[in-house]
Formats: sequence, structure tokens, C-alpha cells
Amino acid sequence: MTSAPIRSPSGQKPGIFSPELVSNAVRASFAKLSPRAQARNPVMFVVYVGTALTLYLTVANLATGRPWGYELAITLLLLLTVLFANFAEGLAEARGKAQAASLRSAREDVRARRLVGGLEETVPGTALMPGDLVVVEAGEFIPADGEIVEGLASVDESAITGESAPVIREAGTDHSGVTGGTKVLSDRIVVRVTSGAGESFLDRMIALVEGASRQKTPNEIALSILLSGLTLIFLLAVVTLYPFTVYAGAPASPVTLIALLVCLIPTTIGGLLPAIGIAGMDRALQANVIAKSGKAVEVAGDVDVLLLDKTGTITIGNRMATAFSPLPGVPKAELARAALLSSLADPTPEGKSIVALARQQGVDAPEPAGAEFVEFTAQTRMSGVDFAGESIRKGASDRLIRLAEERGGRVPPELRPLVDEVARAGGTPLVVIENDRLLGVVALSDIVKPGIRERFAELRRMGLKTVMITGDNPLTAEAIAKEAGVDGFLAEATPEDKLAMIREEQQGGKLVAMMGDGTNDAPALAQADVGLAMNSGTQAAKEAGNMVDLDSDPTKLLEVVGIGKGLLITRGALTTFSIANDVAKYFAILPALFVTAYPQLAVLNVMGLHSPTSAVLSAVIFNALVIPLLIPLALRGVPYRPMSGAAMLGRNLLVYGLGGIVVPFVAIKLIDLLITPLLG
Amino acid sequence: MAWLQFLVLLAVMAALVVPVGNWLYSVFASEPHTAPERLTYRLLGMNPQEGMDWKRYGLVLVVSNLFLLLVAYLLLRLQGLLPWNPAGLSAQAPDLAWNTVVSFLTNTNWQAYSGEQSLSYFSQMAVITTFMFTSAATGLAAAAAFMRGLVGRSGTSLGNFWVDVTRIIYRVLLPLSFLLALVFVWQGMPQTLSPYATATTLEGATQRIALGPVASLETIKHLGTNGGGFFSMNAAHPFENPTPLTNALHILSMLLLPAALTYTFGRLLGNLKQGWVIFGGMLVLFLGFLTTVYSFEQAGNPILSRLGADQTITATQAGGNMEGKEVRFGIAQTALFATTTTAATTGSVDSMHDSYTGMGGFVPMTQMMLNNVFGGDGVGFINFVQYLVLGVFIAGLMVGRTPEFLGKKVEAREVKLVMLAVLAHPLSILGFTALAVVLPDALKSLNNPGPHGFSEILYAYTSGTANNGSAFAGLGANTPFYNLTIGLAMLVGRYLTLLPMLAVAGLLAAKRRVPVSSGTLPTDTVLFGGLTVFVILIVGALTFLPALTLGPVADHLQMLKGVVLQ
Repeated sequence: MTSAPIRSPSGQKPGIFSPELVSNAVRASFAKLSPRAQARNPVMFVVYVGTALTLYLTVANLATGRPWGYELAITLLLLLTVLFANFAEGLAEARGKAQAASLRSAREDVRARRLVGGLEETVPGTALMPGDLVVVEAGEFIPADGEIVEGLASVDESAITGESAPVIREAGTDHSGVTGGTKVLSDRIVVRVTSGAGESFLDRMIALVEGASRQKTPNEIALSILLSGLTLIFLLAVVTLYPFTVYAGAPASPVTLIALLVCLIPTTIGGLLPAIGIAGMDRALQANVIAKSGKAVEVAGDVDVLLLDKTGTITIGNRMATAFSPLPGVPKAELARAALLSSLADPTPEGKSIVALARQQGVDAPEPAGAEFVEFTAQTRMSGVDFAGESIRKGASDRLIRLAEERGGRVPPELRPLVDEVARAGGTPLVVIENDRLLGVVALSDIVKPGIRERFAELRRMGLKTVMITGDNPLTAEAIAKEAGVDGFLAEATPEDKLAMIREEQQGGKLVAMMGDGTNDAPALAQADVGLAMNSGTQAAKEAGNMVDLDSDPTKLLEVVGIGKGLLITRGALTTFSIANDVAKYFAILPALFVTAYPQLAVLNVMGLHSPTSAVLSAVIFNALVIPLLIPLALRGVPYRPMSGAAMLGRNLLVYGLGGIVVPFVAIKLIDLLITPLLG
Repeated sequence: MAWLQFLVLLAVMAALVVPVGNWLYSVFASEPHTAPERLTYRLLGMNPQEGMDWKRYGLVLVVSNLFLLLVAYLLLRLQGLLPWNPAGLSAQAPDLAWNTVVSFLTNTNWQAYSGEQSLSYFSQMAVITTFMFTSAATGLAAAAAFMRGLVGRSGTSLGNFWVDVTRIIYRVLLPLSFLLALVFVWQGMPQTLSPYATATTLEGATQRIALGPVASLETIKHLGTNGGGFFSMNAAHPFENPTPLTNALHILSMLLLPAALTYTFGRLLGNLKQGWVIFGGMLVLFLGFLTTVYSFEQAGNPILSRLGADQTITATQAGGNMEGKEVRFGIAQTALFATTTTAATTGSVDSMHDSYTGMGGFVPMTQMMLNNVFGGDGVGFINFVQYLVLGVFIAGLMVGRTPEFLGKKVEAREVKLVMLAVLAHPLSILGFTALAVVLPDALKSLNNPGPHGFSEILYAYTSGTANNGSAFAGLGANTPFYNLTIGLAMLVGRYLTLLPMLAVAGLLAAKRRVPVSSGTLPTDTVLFGGLTVFVILIVGALTFLPALTLGPVADHLQMLKGVVLQ
């Protein structure tokens, strides 16, 4: 496995605060100070306006010869709060861009051989338009995303997937899609370009993480409304405080009131909200999934039903030998030995599994001298070995029965039941013959992936229903479904069946996720709430889905659900934390604000903060610092562990709710102790 | 002894939740109309079969209320020309009449007048007592529609406003009031149309004793969480509250319908646990507030202790702070009454809240600011659900799903409407208070300076906005400014919370139900009930904390330090 571009050579993800990203983010923090950028985030806009007001008050005091140090300190702290929020967003954007750019870098400066009227011309890759035909030969890079219209090639996709083994891409199959920046290793193909420069999935994804074109997702909008509402409520509470303190005979300082307002409104979540959304996309990208919208990632957390392909997701891709069933009169060891000999030189996974099974059962033999391996072909439908006058074959039962008859052997009546039994249990029967003597049957079965049963049980506890999709007959499907512990299965599944099943589940109010690659999967991918298309799949499938998996890994669906949930949990946790923080901030600022009017209120200073000035400054410093301190959490996301809704709520409430109440009391007190000597 | 009283009364209250909740369920859910109901629909030209969506329901509710407002205003202004006016009282001034009508229309029952000196028997019955029925029925009808929307089994229809109001009056309020009135008359409450009695006192002076149809008003006053007294002294008046039994019945009837609605909801939803969780959340808040007010009142005033007054509780004396309290009821019954009347936002009083210790007065104010500790008939439930939805939204995210409430996704539009409802409350309370404390004319109405004076104004607008109606007293509220602004506060508090929440129910009703799975956030658990209480205290109460600090908290701390303001 070579290193994927988004992973550093050591296999580690780049650190959140790597110098290059940070310097980009710092630049972005200042660039985002424009009112237009700030107005996108109502909570931070209030801080922004507050900063302008305190700046004005500072200057006014300076001009009229009144003390201005405190006003200046608050102004700077508020500015810092805004900058920290900008920095969080900038950092998330920088990370996303860096990841996407490294994926894209591979295709830059690629020359393309464009076919025009049967003639080739060489143009820069960036000049290609959708619909152009380009020729790519062994050793060349594919210049743009597209679909093979002619030929077959092995392609090295390690630049985008990190997987070094080449993959086969062929025109007219479900594996006709190719990605710009990947390299053709053999043969020659003609590719129809499907996306022009700057329009590929990757380009779209880069745009999604960039501030300007980033659309807020539905849940982000709802949460923004909640936060704006809270901001309005606290604005009201603080604005009315001024007349209240006028009544009390000691008008509050406007600067302190602004400081109080900024502390009360949910700046922590308000400042980190854009970063959390972008980070969700980043995490998808880290998992080598390109989401076409932020909404797609968010919806993944809500999925109720997972349609999973049997092969590759639930079972190991290839069937493995699981049993030797000899015919009467044939010792088991003899069958095993013959099967072993026929498979020693067999490079297929099935062949290797037969060797492994035989050895596991204590049967072993060296490769005979002069052995000649006979490869499996579509015509012969069998493989085997010839040596020293012996001829062993293994293959499909009907073919081998015919072979036995050709060789003049007897076909015992017991063979048919043996073959049927294996088929009924969901396996593939391989009949073995030595010269003209039929020996028995080797059962090849689907092997359910280790640990998958536990994984499905986990999903069930989270409330997710799993449905296995397979082309197998219902009997076989049921046997595997039972073994894997899925909640349901769809046997002999046609694309129409998949579509119908998705619709049926959606009628019941459920959200469905599926993965697919073929053109005939496209309607189902489009219908599913989360449609994850394999990058190896056809262009139609990739267009229909709302995410593309660069690794074409069938288990990726499970990962995507986790990313979606993590995104929502992070928002919820930081919202809870932000709101819970208000309790301590009140106890810091209210006594400071009112103690002139009513000295008795000093008893509310439960933290024993040094002075009204130090109390207000400490609260504002805490409020500002908590944003950068929580950036790692916002970008990495609150770790998502599969557990029931009730259990997760209890856990997160304890950490972020109770923690949100307690932490600021301690932190504000500490900050107060630190800054008191500075204030003199 | 005090705790035993609390325990017995609250146990009786809880025991009534199930039967009354079932009764309300049958009223909300049953199909057939009774003969008198059919007659009413025919006479008034209503179509009882019409299914109303939230817009239609809300519109009918508002228009019918507006109609009542106009008629009642005319009746009060024409009082001098109308019958049953033995004391020959003249009409209320326009600003006072506006305030009075809005007050009773919105189930507030703020009284800027004193009944025996301002309203004829006719006005008491035709306007005050009638509105006590209609406003309670409107609140309960809104709750019925709201619940139907949340349960969401009838498509976009939330029911029929006319049917709901008629049934609630005919099947719930009238029979209950009639029964209770008989008990009250037996306990010595007047129920008469004869003129005021004249007595000769021991000193030989002549005293006019105000009478009237008191018992009939008292029953619906509490059942309907109205609170407006027949007399100025409200439930502290011996004719309104003659015995400890009537005091207990008053308390029980205030909580009867708001508490039972939680069970009704559980039945409509087909999930009784959900109803009990809401009931539990309300009860926990109630107990917390009751404990606070009782402890502070029983602790008394340290200034008096320093002067040598004995404030300990003994067999022969109540101890504590007895200023402004009825000796017949003592501190425990008074604390329970005050907690109940401001929890259920009734607004009747059997003591002077103005005379409480600072922190004693903190409790009634805070409960009204929350407005959902049982709350007024129907609206208390709706207000509690506001915070439930907020809790669902925040907590729902924390389980990694788009928040769902009762199987419906909570999205931007619902959040917007809930926030509007949540915002209306502080906007009115803090906004009007801020206005009043800087207007010199408004400040002239104050009897006390300093934090206590501030509390008096804050209390007035809180009471108005929460549609409670109790007064802190000490504030001369019958001025054009207060009549107008408190009237506005009452309207904001009533309709700007009720209508957005009705819209939320309507929107949720139209949504597709998401099947419950183990990954769903369960809202019928103790944990979630606790979370809702947490959200209520953080979002609901923190908004008002600065104002409360400058009012009752500062007041109390000054008292502890022995500060006496001149």
C-alpha cells in the first residue's frame, strides 16, 4: 500500500495545527473581518458590532481625557473573540482545501490526447470540455473524470485511494468510470470526458468547504435560528439592564454591558458552527468519500436502513472451501489430497482456500515433479493438474459428470444429493475427479467477515436496520443473512427490486442509505437518502448518488453514517456546553456590574474574584479562549460510539452539560488569579 | 406540620390527575355531540363538522376573542345604564375599561380597580364571570388543538374551535363550578343579588358590607386559573375564602385542570409515560419553588430578630414573617397558596406578596416568568412543551440524529416559531419594565424606593405578561400608562406565545412520522424530564436573572444586612 496523498508518509493524518494550515487560517481570520463575511453569522455579528462600539467608547474616552485602559482591554478581547471564530472557520477551510488540493494535484499539468474527427491532438488537461474523447495509453495519466467508451485497461488509482493494487476498468461494464489523475498501467482506452475543468466532483467538494459558496445545511440553519433567538433574548436582557441600573442609581458602564452581552450569547458554538460543518466534509474526505453537499453528510447521521451488498460488505469477496464431502467408498483424505494437488498451482483465491483447508485437515503433499497445471477457462469450466499419467480435475458438477462419462467412468447416484446439499446451504459445489473416478465434492461457501455479526448487533442497538442485497437465490441468501445477523435480505435482487424496497421503507418515514456502482443502480442511488456511489462505477451511478467513495469500499457506508452522526453530536455537545457556560459568567459579571448600586450583592461573587474589573476581564478572556481551545474538538468531532440514544444522551449531558457548568467556574477563577497582579 | 399539609394537598392533587385527565380525554376525543351542544351550534350558526387546520383554528380563536373584547368593553362603558347595579356605580374610565377587558379576556385577571367600588353585579356576572369561563375554555381548547397536532393522527386538522370551547364549558367548567359553588355556599360564601348589607359596629358606627354573587365567581376563578377576585382583597377576604377548607379547595381547583392535562396528553398520544414525565417535570419545579418560599418566609426578618422579636415557630405562634398574611392560614398554607397561584398563573392571592421577604417574593415572580410550572389552563402545558421542543432540539443533536419530537422532525421553521414564543415573554416583561423605570410619571406610582420598588414594577409586568393577574401591590397601577402598557403585555403574553405554538403543532402534524428506534432520543424518560427542567432553568430563568438580582435578590440581601431605605 503506497501512501495516499492526503495521508503523510508515516500514515498519520496531518496535525490540526500544522504550520502551513495555521498561517493560511490566520490570514483568513483577518480577511473574514469584512462586515459582509461577518453578517453570515448572526451570533458573531453581535460580537463584531459590540467590538466596534467598545472601540468607539475607547477612542471617545481617550479624546476626552477619561480613563481608557479597561475599555481598550475589552475592545481587544472582543476583537480576539471574533478573530478566534474566524480562525476556526479558516482552519477548517484550509484543511479541507489542503486535502482536496492534494487529491487534485495529481492531475494538474497533464497533457491530454484529444480525439477530433478521428485525429489526435495534444491539449492541456484543463482545456477539456465534457463530451470530449481522449485517448490514454499505458503509462499515461487520465486527464479528467470520465467514462471509458472503448477498450479495457488496468488503472493505478493509488493517487486517490491509497490502494496500490491496480484495478480493471472496462467500457460497457459497471466498472467503466475513471478519475482524473489516475494512471493507466496497461492497454489503451478511449475516455469520454464527463466534467470540464473545475467541475469535477473534487472541484465541487473544494467549493463546498470554501466559505463563499458554502450552503448552510438544513440542520445548521435550524441551529443558527436557535442561536440567533438566544442572542436576541440575551440582547434584550442586557439592553434593558441599562435603564434598570439607572433606576438603581448607578448606571452600568456600557462597556461592561457589552462584555456581559458577548459572554452570554452563545459565541462558543456560534463561532465554531461553520468550522464544525466544514470539518464534517473534511472527515468525509479523509475517509476518501467525496460528498456532493454538506446536507448529504448530515443526512447520513439520520439513516434508519442500510442496504448493504453481500459481497465485500458482509462476506469476504471470494468463496472459500469449507468442507470435503467424499462419495461412498472414497476416504476423505483421498478426496482432500486430490483437491490439494489440483490446487497447488492454482492462483485463484478459491484454489488457495482449498489448499488451506486440506492442510488444516492434516493432508499435505509436495507438488509432484513435472506437474502441469490446467487453468480454468470459461470454455472448459474446470481446472486441474496432470502429472505422471494422473489427471485430476475440479469444476462445476454438470461439466465434471460429462467428463467422467467421456473418460468412461461411472457416475454414482450418491453424487447428486451431495451436490444439492452444498447448494442448498448456500455454497458452490466443486466436483473432483481423478482420471475416470469421481471422488466427491468440495464445498465452496461464502465466508461471513469476522466481526460483522457484532457490528450489525451494534448497528441494531443504534436503531439502524441492515438489509443484505444479493443476487443469490433466496435459500442461499437466507442462510448467509442468518449467519451474518442482518435484519433482512433481498435475494435475486434486481435494480428494480432495490428501488422498490427503498421506496417502501421511505413510505414508512425511514431514511435509506445504499451503495452502488452500476448504471442500473442509478435510480436506486438517486432515490436513496444517502446514495454512495463507488468511484469504480459508471458515470451514471456517480451522478445519481450524493456521495462518491474513492476507495470503492463496500463497508464505507458504515463509516459515512458515523461521520454524519459525529457531526450532529458535535453541534449538540458544543451548544449545550456554550449555554451551560452562562451560569458561571453570570456569577462573574453580575456582582461586578451591580455592586456599586447595591454593595450587598458582593455575596453573589461566589468565585471570590478580585475586583469588578478583574471579574469582567476574566469572564471575557475565558469566553474568547474557549473558542480556540475547542477547535480540535470541533474539527475532529465528538467521538461517536455506537450506543443507544438514551445512553448517549446521558453520557453527553454529563460531559458537556455538567462540564459546561463547572469548567468556567474553575477557569474564570484561575484567569482572575493570573491577571490580578497585572492589573496592579 | 407544614410538610404534612403540603404532602396531603399535593397527594390529593396527584390522585385527581388520572380521573380528571380521563374526563378531559373523553371531552377532547369523543365523537358524538350532546343535545345542548347541537342546539348551541345551530343557534350560533357554527358547523361542528369543520376540521380546522392551525391557521383556521388560530384565526377563529383570535377573531372570537376580539369580538368578546369589543362587546365587553361596551358593557363596561355602559355600566351606568345597565341593570343590577344596586350601589349605583358609574362606568370605568376608558383606559381602565380597556385594561379590565383585556385582563379578563386573556385569563390574566389583573385588577387595576377594586370590584366592590367599581363594578356592578351585572358587570361582575356578564363580563367578569363570563370571561372567566370563555378565557379558560379558550386556553383549554388551544391545548386540545395543540395536543392533536403533536399527536398528529388527524392530518392537518387540529379539531374545531367551536366544538372544543362549547364542550369544555358544558362538560367541564359548568358542572365542576356548580358543584364547587354549592360547597362554597355551605362553607359560608355569599351568593346573592341583594344590596350591600349595613351593620352597626360595636362603637356604634355604621358599616356597609359588600355582598354579591361571590360563590359562583370564586369557583370558576380558580378552576379557570383566572384569579380575579370579587373583592379587592381577593382570597384574603373572609367572604372569598371563609375557611381552611375553602383555602385548600382553592389550591386544588387551581391545579386541577393544568395538572390533569399532562395525563390527557399521555392518553391522546397513547404513551402515558410521556404525560407523567411532563407532570413530573412540573412537579419538581413546583416543589423547588414551594420549598424556597416557605423556607424564606418561615425564617422571618432578621431586622425584627435584632429588635428582640421572637420569630421561631412554636405551638402558640406561627413565627417567621407574618406581615401581610392571614392568621387563619399561617405561613405554610400561605406559601402553598402563593406558589400555586403563580405556578398555575391564576393570580388570586390570600396574602400580600408585597410583604414577603425578598426571596419569598422571588418565587412568585420567577414562576410567572417561567409560566409553565403547571401554568394556566391549557397554556401552561403549551408553554412547557416550548421548552420540551428546545430540549429535544439540543439533546437530539447530542444523540447524532436530526432532532425528533414525538416522531416528527424538528426543523428550521419549528425552531423559529418556538424561539418567537420564547422571546415574546422577556420582550414584554423586560421591555415594559425598562420603559416604566425611566419614566418619571410611571415611577410616581411607586410606594417604595430601591429594589423593592423595582420589584413592584417588574412584578406588575411579569404578572400581566404571564396572564397571572396577581399584584405585588405597592404600585398604584390605575394610571393611563400602566393600564395601557400592562394591557399590551397581557395581549403579548397570551397570543404571541399561543399562536406560534399552535403553528408548531400544525406544522408537526403535517409531517411524516419517523419510526421510533433504539437510536431515537427517548423523550419519555426521567433523564429527559430532567433535561427539560434544566433547559427551563437555563434558558427561561437566566434571561431574567439580572432583573431578579436587582429586584428581589438585592431586596433580600439588604434586609439581611439591615439596610432600611427611606
